[in-house]
Amino acid sequence: MTQPPVLFRLQGQSLSYGDRPVLRDIHLTIRQGERVALLGPSGAGKSSLLTLLYGQQAALSALYPQSAGLVDLLSAYQNIFVGGLERFGTLAALWNLVRPLPQARREIEALAQTLGLEDQLWQSVDRLSGGQRQRVAIGRALYRRQPIFLGDEPVSAVDPLQAQLLLEHLLAQHETAVVSLHNRQLALDNFQRIVVLRDGAICCDCPASELSEQALDSFYAEELSAPEASADVGPQGMIPSC
Amino acid sequence: MLSFDRRSSVRTLNGVCLLLLLLALLALFGADLQVYPVDPWHELGRIGRGLLLPAWDDFPLLLQALGQTVAFALLAVALAVPLGLVLAMLFHWRGVRYLCAAVRSVHELFWGLIFMQLYGLGALTGLLAILLPFAATFAKVFAEIFEQQAPEPGLAPGPRVRGLKRYGYTLIPQAWPALLSYTRYRFECALRSSAILGFIGLPTLGFHLETAFKQGQYSAAGALLWAFLLLIATIRYWLRPRLIPLYLLLALWLLPQTPGFSNGGYLWRFISVDIWPAPLRAGDWSGTLAWYSQMFTEQVWPGLVQTLLLTQLALLLTGALILLFYPLATRALAGPWLRWGGRFLLLVLRSTPEMIFAFVLLLLFGPSGLPAVLALALHNSGLIAFLVANASDAEQGSRLTRPDDPRGLLRYAYLETPRRFPALLAFLFYRWEVILRESAIMGILGIATLGFFIDSAFEEIRYDRAMLLIAATAVLNILVDSLSRRLRALARTDAQRQPGLIDPPQKRSPKQTMTRNTEPQNG
Repeated sequence: MTQPPVLFRLQGQSLSYGDRPVLRDIHLTIRQGERVALLGPSGAGKSSLLTLLYGQQAALSALYPQSAGLVDLLSAYQNIFVGGLERFGTLAALWNLVRPLPQARREIEALAQTLGLEDQLWQSVDRLSGGQRQRVAIGRALYRRQPIFLGDEPVSAVDPLQAQLLLEHLLAQHETAVVSLHNRQLALDNFQRIVVLRDGAICCDCPASELSEQALDSFYAEELSAPEASADVGPQGMIPSC
Repeated sequence: MLSFDRRSSVRTLNGVCLLLLLLALLALFGADLQVYPVDPWHELGRIGRGLLLPAWDDFPLLLQALGQTVAFALLAVALAVPLGLVLAMLFHWRGVRYLCAAVRSVHELFWGLIFMQLYGLGALTGLLAILLPFAATFAKVFAEIFEQQAPEPGLAPGPRVRGLKRYGYTLIPQAWPALLSYTRYRFECALRSSAILGFIGLPTLGFHLETAFKQGQYSAAGALLWAFLLLIATIRYWLRPRLIPLYLLLALWLLPQTPGFSNGGYLWRFISVDIWPAPLRAGDWSGTLAWYSQMFTEQVWPGLVQTLLLTQLALLLTGALILLFYPLATRALAGPWLRWGGRFLLLVLRSTPEMIFAFVLLLLFGPSGLPAVLALALHNSGLIAFLVANASDAEQGSRLTRPDDPRGLLRYAYLETPRRFPALLAFLFYRWEVILRESAIMGILGIATLGFFIDSAFEEIRYDRAMLLIAATAVLNILVDSLSRRLRALARTDAQRQPGLIDPPQKRSPKQTMTRNTEPQNG
């Protein structure tokens, strides 16, 4: 049986900002149809890895960056519309700022319904709560309508039940997904493959079925038991590489 | 008036913009914007040629004009800063606040016209004309800077340490960078003020520029303008802290002499007699009333209305031009190389005083409100667009940038403009008061704003009229200032709602304003 084509391939990739190494010798291959969860303590390099992956498949990816990059003054509707900009002509897109295009309006209203944003659709996003803003940014990614979803903590600001539903929806709408999460249970429940990053390197890459929450906890726990970490300092930079 | 929808910031801002638009449309009907049948294109061609091919042959004159312009600005600022600092420490006294507001509301040129009556066309007139309004502005802004400082260091010396000791050991050192950067910015403004004082006859750049333009020597005028722009663009290279004492000595030596025809008795006569209408001095109440009502219907009201109309038109046009100009100077929209062209354009626009633009445009379009509106809009849009473009560049590569952000025109419409808009509006309201003051003085060039009547009154040596008109201008200015502060607070609450990322918008104290050194007020 032939394997699905490879979408992302990193071979010995390293990356540093100035003197600070953020990714070290990353080997990673992701094929079409795979659902990969990225785990690891904050500062481990998950966001940088996602940015690298995005660079490899920019045209086919719907991106959810951690900062969400919303435009505060625009309504939730317009922020979601930005995801679909490339499907509309320039003039139509400019007119949409004055008066929403009927087609886009229908589509985005339906999208808002599934995201639970119907009441906030016409408010400027600076007046929305953290969870609502997050759902607007997810709406923007969904409205990209691409086969790949690259998400950086896309459900960090919503309650667990909602997070599960949103994640299910995102995975149903995208054939391939690479999503960084901090909720380990969510990762185990929804993804087939789990990649754990520590200190800029991959320290675990295996099927979710072989892992348990306790096993995952150990990747995080070591940092806490490390003697330096007891000094009430953040976990970055003091974890022994695994 | 406006109903503010708490659910959408954009609706609030759109409401404010709509109001500005409606006011400007109304102003369009009342304002005198007639183009007089001069042949502008021929003249414009000659001016353009003069600007492109400046004549540098009269170098000594050029040097003298620039030298005296810098001398007035430097000495005036050197005196205004300590004065402003002292006043800032006393700013909690209501009397000081009101005095400063009144002094600030009168434009440098009007102060120049007043002191000219007392001290003639000499050094003292020019110095006082810049010194007084600048000291009052320094007082207000320094006081605001002190207010913004963190209170903790002030608590350390204990509550009994007050006054100078307290300022000297806590507030001034704390606020030093902000004070310095604002002073630097105001020095640039002082150079512009000093230059345009030439329009009332002081031997600064404006005088030579006016002469050259009136004689049609556009190449000589071009050289003066370019030299002035160069002077302003290179301030940070030649204005070294260590050289300032030397410059101050040079400036003292360069100042023109003050003719000695004035004495204290003359000043007293001016204040106690000359500036009051004759019927009032005679105690004739009905005559006084008649004098005031006649002045009001014939000069104050028409001048006030024209000034306001031109201000509103200029304000709207400024906003439109900012939206047009700012993308030209941003890295995100114009690209790393083309943006230098845009930045050069904005440098020329913001460095050239409005009066000079207006003067040139008057030659082209004749004496109507049109040149004033265009000149005000060009200068102010250059100034604000520069700040807006800087804000856009500062955001490049920040956490807000996404790799899939739209590009080109769509980036302009969907991303840059909405993100920049609240700050843009706040800047525009900061300049409102300045635009009003400037459109009043445009009258000196023959446009029927308040300055026209003031200038005529001085020419006819009717100081009573001049003073009434100046007082009316000042009151109008103070009113607009307080209104603009309210509108700004509205725009600011939204501008301050900084991209809170995923976190809910944070509450901020009302004291936090935009970074002070970029504030384009009182230019």
